[in-house]
Amino acid sequence: MDFKVETMAEYAARGETPEVLFWIGCAASFDERAQKVTRAVAKILHASGVRFAVLGTEESCTGDPAKRAGNEFLFQMQAMSNIQVLNGYGVTKVVTACPHCYNTLKNEYRELGGNYELVHHSELIQQLLDQGRLKVEGGHFAGKKITFHDPCYLGRGNNIYEAPRSVIHKLDAALFEMKRSREKGFCCGAGGAQIFKEPEKGNKDVNVERTEEALGLSPDIIAVGCPFCMIMMTDGVKSFNKESQVQVMDVAELIARAADL
Amino acid sequence: MIAQIIFVVLFAAAVAWFSFNVRRITRYINLGRDIKRNDQPWKRWKTMFRVALGQSKMVTRPVAGILHIFVYAGFIIINIEVLEIIVDGVAGTHRVFAPLGAFYDFLIGSFEILAFLVFAACAVFLIRRNVLRLKRFHLKEMTAWPRSDANIILITEILLMTAFLTMNASDFLLQQRHVGHYLTAGSFPVSSVVASLMSNLSSESLVSIERFCWWFHILGILAFLNYVPYSKHFHIFLSFPNTWYSNLENKGRLNNMENVTREVKLMLDPSASPTAGNDAPQRFGAKDVFDLTWKQLMDAYSCTECGRCTSVCPANLTGKLLSPRKIMMDTRDRLEEAGRLIDKNGKEFRDGKSLLDRITKEEIWACTSCNACTEACPVNIDPLSIIIDLRRYLVMEESGAPAELGNMFTKIENNGAPWQFAQADRFNWTTNT
Ligand code: SF4
Ligand code: SF4
Repeated sequence: MDFKVETMAEYAARGETPEVLFWIGCAASFDERAQKVTRAVAKILHASGVRFAVLGTEESCTGDPAKRAGNEFLFQMQAMSNIQVLNGYGVTKVVTACPHCYNTLKNEYRELGGNYELVHHSELIQQLLDQGRLKVEGGHFAGKKITFHDPCYLGRGNNIYEAPRSVIHKLDAALFEMKRSREKGFCCGAGGAQIFKEPEKGNKDVNVERTEEALGLSPDIIAVGCPFCMIMMTDGVKSFNKESQVQVMDVAELIARAADL
Repeated sequence: MIAQIIFVVLFAAAVAWFSFNVRRITRYINLGRDIKRNDQPWKRWKTMFRVALGQSKMVTRPVAGILHIFVYAGFIIINIEVLEIIVDGVAGTHRVFAPLGAFYDFLIGSFEILAFLVFAACAVFLIRRNVLRLKRFHLKEMTAWPRSDANIILITEILLMTAFLTMNASDFLLQQRHVGHYLTAGSFPVSSVVASLMSNLSSESLVSIERFCWWFHILGILAFLNYVPYSKHFHIFLSFPNTWYSNLENKGRLNNMENVTREVKLMLDPSASPTAGNDAPQRFGAKDVFDLTWKQLMDAYSCTECGRCTSVCPANLTGKLLSPRKIMMDTRDRLEEAGRLIDKNGKEFRDGKSLLDRITKEEIWACTSCNACTEACPVNIDPLSIIIDLRRYLVMEESGAPAELGNMFTKIENNGAPWQFAQADRFNWTTNT
């Protein structure tokens, strides 16, 4: 990347606080495909002049998969040590590209002493576009068909349905909705710690069912807003041997490309 | 006079039996753990008006939603008619509200239209269940009893509406013939059509038919009232409190376990005094219905077995065993079982069985926590919270997580991520281009 991503520690050393903390999350830190999204978000923030920082190696799992798998002990241990770090830096506002981190940091840290204002990256991108801090140019997606897959923890979990859509609307592409969208969105199959285990016996994988629905619209791009959905939908597209025709992309990547970043 | 006495005795018995069952169910619900659900009363009233009274979540499926509104409106409004029937029954009068004049005509007219709509809606419902065999009414957990339960209710409603309309039809003819006490009152938009089929009958036969239908109608209602507490139909009462006590938080949030918080704080700071530790130690998570909250138990009794949850559950739709409706039915059935044993043997009695005898691990671990079920439920039931509480028990009390999840826990403990990656590599995404 052609700029330096600063850490909270570096900001603190200068006695400064950033506008917003960019919480990366495990999937987006380690999964190679998701890392690309992380870089796209960072580029967007940088290009828009947002003074942001990351925790770098001080970040740790929010505990979401542990909590959903029933291990409340482990969750609370993770939460309390994360809260210590966050509160130590006086963090008040957090942006993240992971709806699971979003949900946990926003809703599940409160009772353990962590109160933060959370924004999903799609919301922040929407704001930046609306405020004119970020500009996208037409042309990149002319004539493309895009469908958006709602992440459960962004949509039903936290009632954010419009931000990612309004971001996609800024592109000169056509947004097509799947029959099961918004409140009725169909899970990608990763949540509730499912991604860490083999599925139970059944007749189909959840991600295949969902990808089939998306492919039914013959889209050029399946847009997602969650690193887990990214993994599941990408696998789904591969299972239909469609990876050369259909791309799975995060909304941040769409915008980064449209803004020539 | 004898008729009046019989009426009063039957009526009193029906009310007594019903209230006995309501108290019984209240007692069972109160076997659950405490949870605070009375904050933001204003928002709660609004939710109740919207979801229970306004049926807002029913109409997301328009056909079933609108038909259900007919039945529901009919049920509530025709009860005004029942009030008259009760007064007539006790006082030995006939159409005691008739002096209301034009308003009375209006009321009877609207009851008739509603009765017809209820009749038609129930007929369509029966066809959907038994002829079209909609998938969600025939999944595994819909065994013989739940299926009969639904059919019994629909057939009873059809019979009640038929009796009501036939009663009005004969009354209408008797009014026209100026027979005895059959004073001219009411308007009969539907039963006048039925009456045209009965106009050959003698006045004596009509009186017998009218009386028979009157008794059949009111006794049917009293029987129905007492059937309801044994049936999924109890939702006609419980949907109101159940939506009032809804979870008002973002759906994505799982509750914080305070007993765990206490222990974790002690672990992190051993010098902290184990404050508030004087309440009896609670099991982590849920093994049986006693470990669930009263709200989760109320959910179980509010379930209408409609299967809307299961019909959108990603696990169920891809052939897994999990069905959120079954979670609710199992919880209710287990609570009925455990509650009855407590009634017999005393409050502390435990039979050694548990909810986990009914809900298998295979079901519990298949959930993606996607909240499709809670979103779809027309009475705001939360099957997910029960699934999570069962997981908590399995993991924290029995170390019974699937091996892969156990590995995931270890990785979070060791390197702060659910995968095998070094903490030091967390920042590599900036350079991995
Ligand atoms: S939360 Fe679990 S039970 Fe409910 S619909 Fe999703 S996968 Fe099914
Ligand atoms: S939990 Fe709700 S949606 Fe599911 S069967 Fe019961 S009433 Fe219907």
